[in-house]
Amino acid sequence: MDANLNTSKHISGKFNEELEAVRNKVLSMGGLVEQQLHNALMAIENSDQELAERVLSSDHRVNDFEVQIDEACIQIIAKRQPAASDLRLVIAIFRTIADLERIGDEAERIARVAKESFNKDQQQFLISLENLGSQVLAMLHKVLDAFARMDIEAALEVHQQDAQADRQYEALTRQLMTYMMEDPRGIPKVMDVLWSARSLERIGDRCQNIAEYIVFFAKGKDVRHVSPESMERTVKGSASNKPASD
Amino acid sequence: MISVTPNTSNTETLDLANLTTEQTALTINDLNLYYGENQALHQVSMAIPKNRVTAFIGPSGCGKSTLLRCINRMNDLVEICRIEGEIKLHDKNIYDKDVDVAALRRRIGMVFQRPNPFPKSIYENVVYGMRLMGVSDRRVLDEVVENSLKGAALWDEVKDRLNDSAFSLSGGQQQRLVIARSIAIEPEVLLLDEPTSALDPISTLTIEELITELKAKYTVVIVTHNMQQAARVSDQTAFMYMGKLIEYADTNTLFTTPSEKKTEDYITGRYG
Repeated sequence: MDANLNTSKHISGKFNEELEAVRNKVLSMGGLVEQQLHNALMAIENSDQELAERVLSSDHRVNDFEVQIDEACIQIIAKRQPAASDLRLVIAIFRTIADLERIGDEAERIARVAKESFNKDQQQFLISLENLGSQVLAMLHKVLDAFARMDIEAALEVHQQDAQADRQYEALTRQLMTYMMEDPRGIPKVMDVLWSARSLERIGDRCQNIAEYIVFFAKGKDVRHVSPESMERTVKGSASNKPASD
Repeated sequence: MISVTPNTSNTETLDLANLTTEQTALTINDLNLYYGENQALHQVSMAIPKNRVTAFIGPSGCGKSTLLRCINRMNDLVEICRIEGEIKLHDKNIYDKDVDVAALRRRIGMVFQRPNPFPKSIYENVVYGMRLMGVSDRRVLDEVVENSLKGAALWDEVKDRLNDSAFSLSGGQQQRLVIARSIAIEPEVLLLDEPTSALDPISTLTIEELITELKAKYTVVIVTHNMQQAARVSDQTAFMYMGKLIEYADTNTLFTTPSEKKTEDYITGRYG
C-alpha cells in the first residue's frame, strides 16, 4: 500500500475495511469507464456496430457504481466522522465518481455516433477523431493510475496534457468546418463527428478535474480554478501548510 | 430587497504565533512540569486568545489536563509537583510569589468532568462564591442568580424551584448549575475539564451550545477526549502528546489539514 494511502492503520479494523472497499470500487469503476471509452473509440474506428451497442448497454453499470460508491461514502461520513486525510479521501472520491460517471456518459454519446453509417467519403472525418481519441484515452488511463497510487506528479502531468488535447480539438474543429463548407450535404454527419470531438474534449477536462482531486487529497489544497503555475507550485513546492504525510 | 446580516461572530482566523496584547488572554512560556522525577510537561509555549474557545486534545496521559490545571494553579495541591516556566494572565505571571491563589481562582474558574454541586439548594449553589466574598444583599444575590442561570442556559428550567436541592437536577442540569456557579463571580477565564464526558448526548449538545455562547463574555479553555466535540466547539485546538505540544492551530485547519504526522494519526484514529 502506498504511503499516502495508509487506510490500513486505523485502530478500527472495520473502518479500514470500509475505506479499502470503497477505494477498490472506485478503481473498478475507473477500469469500467476506461473500457467503455476504449470500446466506443474502437467502435468508431472500425464501424463496429455491435461493439457500440455493447457500450450503450453497459452504461447502466457505470451508473450503478456511482450510486453504490455514493452510498458507501455517506455511510462512512455518518458512522466514522472521518477527519483530515480520511475526510479528504472521501471528498476526493465523491468528486471523482461524479466525473467518472460523466465520462461514461460521453463514451455513450460517442458510441451512438459509431452506430450511424458513414459512407466511404465520410470515413475520413472519423479518422481525424482517432488522434484526439487516443490522446484522451491515455490521459484517462494515466489519471486513474495516479488516483490508485495518489501520485501527484502523474496527476500534474495529466493536468498539463489537457492543453494539448484542447489544441487538437480546436484544430479538428477547423478541419471539420472546412469539410462542411466544401460539402454542405455532409453537414449532419460532420456535426456528429464534431459532437464526438466535443465529448472527447470534455473527457480531457474531466481527467483534469480528477487530477485536481488527487492534489486536494495529497496536499490538502483546493487547486480548482487556479492558474497552471499555481497548481505546479502546489505539487512541487513544499507549500507552507502542507498536510502531514510520511 | 435582501438584507444581509454581517457576520459578527469572532471566528476569523487569528495568527496564533503573533497575537497582539489586546487579543491575548493567557500566555504560557516554556512550561515544564515534574511529578517527582517524572516530567509531565515539556517546554509548552502557547498564547491563548481572548473570548475564544481553545481546546486541548490528545490521548490519555498526554498532559492536557495537567496543563489545564496549571492555569489556575490546581497543581499546587499536588505535593511532589514542580513547575518551571511561566503562565501570564495579562502581564502578570500567575506563579509569582506575591500572587493570591484564591483571588487568581476567582478570575480563572474551573468546571470538572463530574458535576459537583454542593449539597445545598440551587440558589445557594450559585451564590456560594458571592457569599464567600462577603456579599449578602438579597437583591444583588437574586440578580446574580438570575443572570448566572440565564448565562448557563438553565434559568427557564429551574426558575420555579430555586430552593430545591441541587441534587434534584439531572446530570446535565447539574453541570450547567456548576457552570452558573463559576460564572456568578464573573471570572475572565473558564477552564472546562471534560465537562460533558459524564453526560448523555442531548445534555452534551446543550453544554456545547452554551460554550459557544459563553465565549462572548469569557475566554474558554476546554479539555476533551471527544475530538468531534473539540472540532464543533473550539476556535483553535492544541494537540498534545507525551507532555509536548505537538500542534496548535486554528480548529478548521487542524481537523482538515494538520501539518504534523502525529496529529493526523491521532485525529484519524490511527493510534490511541
